This record gives sequence, C-alpha cells and structure tokens, in this order.
Amino acid sequence: MCVLYPDLLGTYGDGGNGLVMAERARRRGIDVTLVEVGIGDAVPVANLYLMGGGEDGPQRLAADLLRLSIFGGAVRDGAHVVAVCAGLQILGETFCIEGNDQYEGLGMVAAVTTRGERRAVGELAVRVGTNLLVGFENHGGQTSLGGLAPLGTVTKGRGNDGRVDGYRTKNIWATYAHGPVLAMNPWLADEVLSSLIGTPLEPLHTAADLLYRERCRVLDS
Amino acid sequence: MAQGSKLRHVVASGALRAVNALSRWSGRGSGTVAGGRVGLKIAPDLATVLTKDRTVVLVSGTNGKTTTTSMVATGWGGEVTTNQTGANMPAGHVAALVGGRSTNVALEVDEAWLAKTARTTDPRVIVLLNLSRDQLDRANEVRQMAERWRTMLTASTSPTLVVVANANDPLIVYAAETSARPLWCDVPTTWLADAVSCPKCTLAISHVGTSWHCSCGFAKPLAITTTLRDELVVDGEMVELELAMPGEFNRSNAAMALTALHAVHVELQGAATRINALQSVVGRFSVRRWRGHSLQLLLAKNPSGFASMLATLAPNEADVWVAINARIADGRDPSWLYDVPFELLRGHTVYCLGERRLDLATRLDYAQVAYEIVDDETSLPSSKATIALLANYTAFSDWLARSQA
Repeated sequence: MCVLYPDLLGTYGDGGNGLVMAERARRRGIDVTLVEVGIGDAVPVANLYLMGGGEDGPQRLAADLLRLSIFGGAVRDGAHVVAVCAGLQILGETFCIEGNDQYEGLGMVAAVTTRGERRAVGELAVRVGTNLLVGFENHGGQTSLGGLAPLGTVTKGRGNDGRVDGYRTKNIWATYAHGPVLAMNPWLADEVLSSLIGTPLEPLHTAADLLYRERCRVLDS
Repeated sequence: MAQGSKLRHVVASGALRAVNALSRWSGRGSGTVAGGRVGLKIAPDLATVLTKDRTVVLVSGTNGKTTTTSMVATGWGGEVTTNQTGANMPAGHVAALVGGRSTNVALEVDEAWLAKTARTTDPRVIVLLNLSRDQLDRANEVRQMAERWRTMLTASTSPTLVVVANANDPLIVYAAETSARPLWCDVPTTWLADAVSCPKCTLAISHVGTSWHCSCGFAKPLAITTTLRDELVVDGEMVELELAMPGEFNRSNAAMALTALHAVHVELQGAATRINALQSVVGRFSVRRWRGHSLQLLLAKNPSGFASMLATLAPNEADVWVAINARIADGRDPSWLYDVPFELLRGHTVYCLGERRLDLATRLDYAQVAYEIVDDETSLPSSKATIALLANYTAFSDWLARSQA
C-alpha cells in the first residue's frame, strides 16, 4: 500500500487513510507494507495507492511527478486507487489551479474539474448503494464526469456538483470527502480491501463502528 | 480633526464601554466583543484613532499567539494595554484599546485579520510566530495565509515597522522577506509538515541540520536572535531564559517576545526576569482541581500544537485525558486528528472526552494506543498524581470553567 506524496497531497489528515487500510488488513492477518512516497522518491509498484487533498501549487507538482512515474501503468494493470479531493481531480482530464487556469491531469478517467462558484466547506453525506458515506469536504472544484459512474448520490453537501459525489471505476474509488474518509466509513475501507484480496471479509469490530453510527445519526436526518 | 468626527469617536468609545459594562453586569458575556462591535458600528475607524500616539506590538501566527502576547505585555513592565481574553479580532481590539490607558499596546491578532489590523493600528512591531494547518474549514489553506501576509508587508509604507519573524518556518520567511526591516529569530520549530514543498517554487525544501534551503535559492535568512540550550542571544546580548512555563515552544515564544521588546527599546534583562516568572496564561499550563482530581490543563488545538504538547508529557504518566470538540471556534472538521502523532502515547491509557470523543477513540485505536471512551465523566478513575488533560479550544474553556484553582 502506497500513500502518494503526503508532502503535497496531505492537507486534511489524508495520511489517515493509509493507516486505516494497513491496520484493517493486519488485524485480519493480511501481511501489508505501507510506504509513503515523498517528492524525491520513485513511485513503487503497489496493490493500492492512496491520494489526498492539496493546495494549488503542490497539486500541480504532484500531477507532474505522477505523469513521469509508473503510476499510470500500474493502475492500468489493475492496482487499486482511493483518491480524495485533489487526488480525485488529478486523475481526470483537466483541473483548475491558481484562479481559472486549466491544468492537464493524468487523463486516466473522463472527469473534468472547473472552479465552482463558491468553495464547498462542510459536512458531506453520500448514498452509495445501501451504505451512507459520511465525511467533510473543503474544496473549490466542480467536477463533471462525462460518462463516468459517480461514487454515489449526495444527500448533504456538494460533492462534484451538488447531485453526485466522486466517481467509481473497477479499481478506482474517488470522493470529495477528505481526510480520514476510510476511518469514518469502515465499510468503504473493507470494500476496497475485499476487492484487493478477492474474497469477502469477516466483520472487524472497532471504535470506528461507533463513530460511523454516530455520524450517520447526525448527517442522515 | 473635524469636530463632528471627534464627537463620533467619543460617542463610539462611550457606547463601547456602556455595552461591555452591561454585558458583564448581566452575566451574559465577558464583556469585550459586544461593545467593540457597537463601537466599530458608530466609528469604523475607531482603532486608528485609539492607537494614535501609542506604541503598538501585534502578535500573530498559528500557535503561541496568546502566550507570546502575554509575554510581550508582562516583559514590557508596568501597565500595558492588551487583549488578555483572547478576543483577537477588531471588536476585541477596540474594546481593549478603550479599556486600557497605557500607551504601550500588545495585541494578539487572528491570522485572517492581521492585514486589516496592521492597516488600522500603525504598529511599530509585528511578530510572526509560525504558520501551520489549523481550522482549515475556516481559513482554507495555509499557503494562502502566507501569501496574504506577504502582500500586506510588501505594500506597507510605514517608515518604522519592524517585523519579528521565525527564520525556521519557511512559510513565515516567505511572508516576511519583503518587509523593509525584518528581525529574524532562529528559534526551535518542530512542525514543518506544511512547508515541505517550497512556498516559492513548490520543489522540495532541503533541511540540513538547523538550516534549510531550496534549489530555487529560497533559504533560511541570517538571524539576529538565536537560542542555544538555556541561552538566548538577542542582537548580541546574552539573556538567561529560565521559564516557569514548560515546553520548548514556550522558549521560542519568549525569544520572539524579547526580540519585539528589544525593538521598542525595552531593557532585555529586566524583561526576561519578568517573563521567566510567568506561571500560566489564561489557564494554560495551570493545575486545577475537579471532583477530587488534580489536572494540568494543556491547550492543544491543532497538529503542531498537539505535537509540541505531547512532547512535554512525562513518559511514565499512566493516564492522559484528552478532550476534543468540533464547534465553530475549534474548526468543524476534526480530520486534523490524523495529523497528530498520537502514536507517542503508546504505553499510556487515554481517556477520550468531549463531543468528538469517538473521532478521537477511532484515531487512537488505529494508532494502537489504549483508550477508554468516557460517556459518563463521574466514572473517571481517581488518581493521586496530577493528570495531564489536553484539550482543544472550546473543550479547554469548558474544563477551565468547571474546575477550580
């Protein structure tokens, strides 16, 4: 498992997602190595890449570094990605930085991000199948998906455009719920983990279950 | 000044006093912000009028604002006009300026209000402590703050303004380097996670020993104030620092407060003696009683503050209480808990308190730290030893209010 550029994409406690994935795997007896890739490091081949949120300049640098790395090839070969906020934008065709300048993304999905009229700051809740995804968003992006499937339907907050949030491909989960989204939503962490190992998982009871129930109660009213 | 305008300021100051007296008398508030708002409504330029012919020192930064402002005020000696209650926006400033008579003024300023406050109060000194992630739901991104400060200092036309700035924080150096008279302070600064990538060119900053530089040429400036173990040197003069308050971060705060006082010609040895004797600042670091427990209240409201505070805990302290809220004054988003190195608490048992105790418990669980979720505070186990209670902003206020000296 590889956390990509926490120096650049780690504004909102996003490093927590790597920690959560590794811990949930280890507690089920799955052997995991968690690595953080810094600005000067080469991107290693990994089963799972995690990308967080970042500010304009660092986001642009992260996109440039990833463009030159093996990352695109690894994902085409089936590596999984959990991408949050700036990470969500970088994987797309273009995103917006420093005012309204369009910057070229990695083009791995059809998402296009422009600057929203207002910044979206606040609680975010997204209906994903039978589950509710709960979290917090803080971004200026407005993302259109072309034909890409969204991750889910927004019930509170803005997400991509006030209607849907993020996107989902066979091996990519992307959302605007930043920071420790996988800590707050243990079901999502286990969905990604289960897909990685190719078998269903036994439930794991942790404090996160209590937290998830509480946030659902607060946000699903 | 025109007669009508002068009258307006007299009326504004009078109204401010009246509202604050009423607010304190009715027990509805501590009596600072409400009156300040009324005063500013009547005379929007009240701060400018009230700071005329006064020597103003402004203090801003993510962590240490209140403590450093208190150190400036205490170190100055005699009566100093200051906003001790932490009301650090314009309404709080004018209330303090009306309330205090001294021509020596030390004001704590919220980061987002610094540019405006600097325009209206004609400060002699601005102290810039540090910049790191804090309340991102309100201030958005920390680099934008550095950019705004840089714009403010580039545009300043004051012939006397001195900027006392932390040379070890690249974001602060970026903000202050265009000012005409920077006084750089080489003080311990542990949290650099927000300045790993260069604020000028976004490439990686190299840290070598106590120095740092980027390949674009941006680098640590030469400092006038340096700290070496217990010794502090300000502009060539050696000063003994033996603070009553704990923590390396307080040594940094004291060094910057003394540099600011040096800039307004306060004699350093006397100032240091007064700062050394400070025991606590608005309850921070104070030992309090609560239901038979003895608690040391430690304010920690963001990753950098928490990291510094965790480093002050004795390794053998068995129980630690941590209280976390996420009200507006705390920032509504507790994601920052994942940027705090809670792994340092392995070996302790942490009692999780506050409205967001489940967020904290989840964080501790993943950090493999033993924890108890405290839904019923009467169930907390008693202890003979003084317990460290770390709390973020509103949780700290709650615990200060419910405990006794």
